[in-house]
This record gives sequence, structure tokens and C-alpha cells, in this order.
Amino acid sequence: MEEVDVEPTVTVNVHTSPPRCFHSLLSSPSPLIPLCYAICSFISDAKGSGCSFIHEVRKDEDIYSPILRKLFNESHHIFVGLQTIREDLPSKNKKNQFVSISKNYRSVIRACMEELQQVAVSTKEAAVATQYGNQVSILLAIELIWNLCEVLFIDAAPAGSLLLHLLDWVRLHKADVDEKAREVLQSESPAEHRDYWDVPGGNQTLTEFDVKWRHWHDEVNRCLQDNSFASNRHLEIICKILAGDEDTLLEHKELLSTWYHFLVTRLLFSHPTVKPTELHYYAQSCLTMFLDSRSVPEPLDNILLAAFEFDIHQVIKDCSIALNNWWFVAHLTDLLDHCKLLQSHNLHFGSNLREFLLLEYASGLFTHHSLWQLAVDYFDHCPEFGHVYLELQIERVPLDTERKALKVLRICDQRQMSEQVRSICKIMAMRALRNNRLGSALSWSIRAKDAAFATLISERFLQDYCTRGTFSDLDLIDNLGPAMLLSDRLTFLGKYREFHKLYGEKRFGEAAKLLLSLMTAKIAPRSFWMTLLTDALPLLEQKEVIFSADQTHELMFCLEELTSCLNASALGSPKTSQDEDIELTKVELLRLSLARNLAMAIIKEGTVEA
Amino acid sequence: MENINAKYVSQKISKTRWRLVSHASLQQPDVFATGSWDNEVNKISFWSIGNHGSSDMDDGFEGDPQLLCEHKHDGDVLDLQFLDQDRIVTTSSTGAVTIFRLHQNSQTISVAQRWPRAHGFPCENAPCTGVVCSSPEIVTVGEDGKIIVFRADQEGVIRVIENADSSTIHAVTYLRTTEILTVNSIGQLKLWDFRQQSNAPSQILSLSGDRVPLHCVDRHPNQQHIVATGGQDGMLCVWDVRQGSTPFSLMEAHSAEMWEVRFHPTNPDHLFTCSEDGSLLHWETSTSSDMPSFLQGGRNNSMISRSAMAPAGGNQSLINAWLSGDSSKGRLETTHMLPSQTLSVNSLDVLGQCLVCGTDGEAIFVNRQVPV
Repeated sequence: MEEVDVEPTVTVNVHTSPPRCFHSLLSSPSPLIPLCYAICSFISDAKGSGCSFIHEVRKDEDIYSPILRKLFNESHHIFVGLQTIREDLPSKNKKNQFVSISKNYRSVIRACMEELQQVAVSTKEAAVATQYGNQVSILLAIELIWNLCEVLFIDAAPAGSLLLHLLDWVRLHKADVDEKAREVLQSESPAEHRDYWDVPGGNQTLTEFDVKWRHWHDEVNRCLQDNSFASNRHLEIICKILAGDEDTLLEHKELLSTWYHFLVTRLLFSHPTVKPTELHYYAQSCLTMFLDSRSVPEPLDNILLAAFEFDIHQVIKDCSIALNNWWFVAHLTDLLDHCKLLQSHNLHFGSNLREFLLLEYASGLFTHHSLWQLAVDYFDHCPEFGHVYLELQIERVPLDTERKALKVLRICDQRQMSEQVRSICKIMAMRALRNNRLGSALSWSIRAKDAAFATLISERFLQDYCTRGTFSDLDLIDNLGPAMLLSDRLTFLGKYREFHKLYGEKRFGEAAKLLLSLMTAKIAPRSFWMTLLTDALPLLEQKEVIFSADQTHELMFCLEELTSCLNASALGSPKTSQDEDIELTKVELLRLSLARNLAMAIIKEGTVEA
Repeated sequence: MENINAKYVSQKISKTRWRLVSHASLQQPDVFATGSWDNEVNKISFWSIGNHGSSDMDDGFEGDPQLLCEHKHDGDVLDLQFLDQDRIVTTSSTGAVTIFRLHQNSQTISVAQRWPRAHGFPCENAPCTGVVCSSPEIVTVGEDGKIIVFRADQEGVIRVIENADSSTIHAVTYLRTTEILTVNSIGQLKLWDFRQQSNAPSQILSLSGDRVPLHCVDRHPNQQHIVATGGQDGMLCVWDVRQGSTPFSLMEAHSAEMWEVRFHPTNPDHLFTCSEDGSLLHWETSTSSDMPSFLQGGRNNSMISRSAMAPAGGNQSLINAWLSGDSSKGRLETTHMLPSQTLSVNSLDVLGQCLVCGTDGEAIFVNRQVPV
């Protein structure tokens, strides 16, 4: 069986430009095996041969990568923490908490990215390096988008500090990708010019800052007019940049490798007090100006543009299409939902956007042999359909060991999924029974409170006894405890064993009483009465009288009841003549013993003690 | 809780054990082994926390466990124990028992010995659920209800007790050098004496009341008759195997299955338990007076104690702090050792001042300053 990795079609330029690659594989990670298989059959396998191998279908490569797994685990931890934030906190505190949670998510992404990067550069295999390099690029893009969403939506920075946050954003991602150019850019980087004026948010209002800035801007322009820097070309360029001259900025496109860097630079020098609502004008125009050589913007550009336009739904929609894993959109949407930024409009398929994405993500997780446990928590926090999804999925977890079954059962118990508990216990009990582990089977039926199965197990024990003459697994039967009451048959088994113990200890009187009560109280099944009566024989044949006259009468009554039943049923079932003979002999022996015992009992009870 | 570091390792950890340190040196342990479960390819791994000789390491990041080496393992690692400094025994969900050897100088692991189908059913695999060893003897138990004794350098098995139990045996521990104690899924403790030839337990103890499966057992390091067990309902029971057939004290510990209970090996007034509910508890008893016996006659803090009759006579100084008695001079403290909201903590081990535990959230937590 040959394993074929589904190779996504990817265009990538690692490390030379900001991340522009996305997996264009459109298959969603939900468990649509036929669809995936159909897609697989169109993609040729790695060797390009035309033979029909058996393909191992992998829907979602990412969750099988060991480094990315850490992302899933850590983000699960953050997710669960986010859900339990108390609703009654004042909104300012909540905003800070949401921002810090967002930063947590991002730091997890970065940690993952760094580890992938390390492996990518240190490995010797080209294929592995490419694959890890791809993943790094994707994570870079994800972090870029997330950071921008944090700045614009979660932190919701007002005008003034908005630009600062955008500066940080650009600088952070610029530094990731383009380290060589950084030294060159340092000299022209905005940071230097920060020292020229106090940034707002300190102790100035926006208008004060605006006024000051305009002063300074006019001054710069005046310098330009005066040609005071005409002698030094570089200084003049710098001056033009400071004045916010677009053409000069565009001339240095290679240094500003992305349009959003261009945007922020332009805003810095021409409109530092930009308001959030004005951003999208500048964004659109910068994008157009920057991309005049290329015909169409990349998906990443569209997503960022949508973010600048504050169109959250468009951002989520574009990300869902562009990425092949629901992880990013699910967590981001959940966070934005907690910040109350998503209008809750219901989708056609019921539930809101957040729940839909979380369900898709968790369903994908559930198909993983190990990460299914994380998915349970995600389902828990989908109020409308989570429970149903969980019920359907949890029964499909393969149960190789008892320990795993116990964990699955605990999950079901905690969520009152009693149907699933019963069915899982039944599976485990049947398996135990098949392997002749009657104690295990009993313990599973106790867990499920399954009386029917307990009856089945008792039947097995009794059958064993009838065929072998002794009980197996005495340690179990002797120590049933309150579990005995689970089913009538089980109670009978326990009591019957007790009878044997009493007999063994030669406490005949109690044994006799117990035996009789088993029949008269109808605890014993009718089919077993013959055996019980046969067990009574040695007691009847003892020298001293054990059964009293009344008891003997009752025994006789039971015998008659039994024989009349047998006669009635014997008409239907064919028996060999040997069997019939044995039956008849037994009955006759019993009748004889009972009669003799009755005689002795009457005499004994009638005798006056001398 | 500030001293606890989490490390995400991309595999669900089923067992973790410190490597033994020689008793002569007072070194803190520096290497631990972990086994994974529920993976497509399970592994055993050795990790180092770099504790070589230097005490008071207060920089958290330096103590991050570093992977030394790892090796593929067939099936889930259900139990793991160090045989000696270089060898560990693991038991698998395929029923196999394997001895791995760690080569210190090359930092590699190799399979030293393997018994592939030690435990099994006639038509399918039976997971081998527990192992305990006292070099060179190894004792394993499994879902097939068998107890098997091996010797580390011999091919076959030394002794098999077939049908030792009609239900699954979950854990085993040594009581004395020739006696072991097993716990099973119908709530019984059974003592087995290897000097006897018969295949029946020498003693059976169980809880009165519901037959709750027991998952873990550990013996007091100094007093061989005291045993602690934990079960499906999360109750911690302390038993005295000499007396009676019911536990001496029961304490509500966790809200879900208790997977592991460990006495601290050198400071047995401290006990640690971990559970499916994601918590790891540190239990500490103390006697606050000169009287060595302490008792919780009724309810005290989080403990519900059901005391049997007081130990008949006997030397006061031998009465253990964990058993109930007749005066309430002592106290029992419980502390949570992990940040909340972790997935199930499957295993823990404690040695000296270091505690390591592994969770289903694919994380390992190491605490190097356990207050003992």
C-alpha cells in the first residue's frame, strides 16, 4: 500500500518577499471522504506513474505535522480560557483581557513559526525544507492578518494612536521578512523621526498634535522650496519623503516591499492623525498605486484591504477560502464574537458564523487519532449544535484499550450522554464476554447499569456451573456486593453461591432454608429448579432431619409444579429416550427422598422431648 | 505554581518516570522518561532538565526539558518503569513487554529484550496494563487477568498465574520482596505470595458498597502494610493490609478517575495524586504534637474518613499518619499543583524536590521546587 501525500499546488517565494502564497486546495477539512478521494484521483501521485495504488487519503496535512500540533494544543488552552471569562467585568477590563488573549494567540503562532523555521534551515532534505518553508510562510501571513485585526478591531485604536499601532504592525512584519534591507531602511525608518515630535496619547490632545504637526510639515515644505538641501541629493530625497511626497516614496518601492508598508509610511508623513474610518480610502489608493506593474492583487492583499475597510465578514470569508485549515478563522471569529463585533445574522444552515466555523474546525480535529480530545471542548462551547455533533462523533472513536474507553465514557458521563454510555459499555462488555473475561463484562454492565447484560453474564456463569459442576471466577461471585441487585439472575447467582458456601461450612439448616427460599421466592429461574432440587437430595438423605415437614411440603409442591411444566413442554420437544429415562429417574428419586424425609420430619416434630 | 513549566511535546503522555538517582548522592534527578499513547506512531522519550549538581536553579527557562533521545514504540505505552540506571521496561497495548536500553554516551536507545505477546487473548491482543520491577525480576499484569513474572536476562517467562482475576488488573506493586498487590476493575485488592505454589491470592480486600474499579496503587515507602489506592470515582483510599478487609480512610480527592497515586519516596508524609479531571493534588499530613499518631475522627477539611476500629494496641510510634485513630491532633492539607483547565493528567512522578507530570493536552509539566 503506497502512501501518497496530497501535494498542494503552491506558488511560493520564501524569504524574498512577504507571504503571498496560499494553498489553493479548496477541499475543506470536513470529513467528506468521497469528495476528497475524487480530488485525489485528479492529482497525480508523486512519482507520476499511472498505476492504481491504494491511496491513503489525508484531508488535512497540517494536523499531522508534529510542530503544528503544538499550535493546536496551545490554542485550545487559550480558547478554553477565553470562554470562561466572566461576563460581568467592566468593558474596559474586558477589552484589555481580549487584547492580551489575542497577543497570546499570536505568540503561540510565532513560537510555532520559529520552530518550523529552525527545522526548515537545519534539515538536509529539500522536500522537508520546502514543506516547512511553506508552512512558515502561511503562518507569517496568518499572523500578519491577525495582528492587523487586533489593531483595528479588538484594540480599536482611535485616531492618533492608530498610526502608532500600524507602525508597530508594519515594523514587526517587515523585520521578519526582510532583514537585509532593514539596515538600509533604518536610516529612513520613521522611528528616527519620532524624536522630532511628541506622539499623541502622552499629554497632548489630538488637535494639539495636529497643529504642531502641521507647523512642522509646513516647515519641511518650505525647506524644499528653498532648495536648502539641493546640494546633497540624498538629503533632498529624505526631505521629500518627510514631506510625504508620494512620487518619491514610490521611487523607493523596492525598499518598501509591500503596499501596506507604503500605506503606513505615506500616512505617517502626510496624515498622521488619520481616523479609522478614513483608512480605507488611503488603503485602496495605495494598493492601486503600488501594484501598477501587476495586474491583480493577491488574496492576502484583498484580505488586508477588507480589514482596512472594517468589513469583518469579508475578511473571514476571504480567509476561509484562501486557507485550507479552519484553525485561523475559527479562533479569530470566536475572539471577535466575544468582543461583540460580529453581527449575529443566522446562516442558512442554522447557527451563527462563529458556531459554524468552530463546528467545522472541531469536526476536522475529531478525525485525528489523537487530537479528538481537544475537539470535545470546542463542541462544548457551541450552544446550538455542539452537543449533537459530539454525540455523533464520540461513538466513532476507536476503543483499543480499556483506558481509552474509560476516557471516552467520562466525556459522555460529564455531558449526560447516557445513550452513548450504554452503547460503549455494551461494546466493551461484549468484547470481554467474547474473551471469557466475565468479571470485566460484569464491571462494564455495572457501569452502564445494564440489567439485561448482567442477566446474560449470570446465565453464562450458570451454564458453566451446569457443564462443569463448579463455579469459575469465584473471586467475582463471592464478592458481588450491592451489584448483585442489578438483575434478578445476578441475585440468584450470588445467593446460589452462598448456598454452596453454607453447605461447604456444614451449616445445613441455613443452607436448606436458603435453597427453599430461592424457589419459593421465585428468584431462581424455572429451568434451574431441577438442579436446585437435585442439590437438595444430599440434604434430604442426611441422617438427621434438616428440612421440616412444612419445608418438605413446599419442596414437594415445587417438584409437582416443575413436573407438570415439564410434561406440558415435553409434548412439544423431542427428547431421546435416554434423556427421558434420566429425567424420570431423577424425579422418582426425589419423590422417594421427599417422602422419606417427610415421614422422619413428622415423627421428629411429633415426638415429645423426653 | 510559579515554579511549574509547561512544555508542549506533540504527543499525549501516558506515563512519566524519573530516572533513579543513587541514594548515596543527594542529587536532584535530572533525567525522566515519558511514554506516549493514542498516536499513530507512539514513542518513548528521554528528557533532561539539566540539574547537574547545581542547586537553586531559579531561572525558569533553563529548566525547560530537553529531548535527549526517543524511540518508536509499538502500541500505546501503558506503563513504564526504570529497571536500573540504563534500562526501562515498558508495557504496551499490544500485550508486549519490552526492555529498552539507553546508551548514555551516544544518546541512543535500543531494544534490549522483548516479549511480544506476553499478554493476550486467544483471538486478539490484550493490553498489558501494569508493570513493577525489582531488578532483575519484572512482574506484569494485563487485561487478560494474568500475572506474569519475568527475569530481565532470561528469554522465557518464569511464572504465569493464569486467570488470576476474572476482570482487568489495572496496577501492581510490590508489598515485600516476595509479595505483590494488584488492583482490579471490580474494586478488589489482592495479595499474592510468590512463595506459594497455588494460583490463588493469599488475601482479598475490597470496599464494602459499590464495586468501583481501582486504577492505581502505591505502597508507603517505609511501612509495608500501608497502601494507597485510587479509583474510578476519584476517591483516595488508604488501607492497612494487616488488618481487616476494608480501607482505613477514604478521602474525596477528584471528580473523575484517579490515574496515579504516589507516596514521596523519601518523605512519605507527602502524597501526590493526579486525575482525569485535570488536577494534580499534593497531600500533606503532619502531626502537630509529640504524639506520633494523629487521627481524624470525623470530618476534617476535604477529607471524609471512615475509620475502622483503632489499631489494637501496638507501638504508638508505628502508627502511621495516614491511618485514622483516636485523636484529631493532626491535619491534612491539599494543594493543587497545576494551573486549572488542563486536560487529563495521566501520570506523575516525584523524586527529591522534582515533580514531573504528563497530560492529554500533550504537555509535560516539571516542578523543581516541590515543598516537601
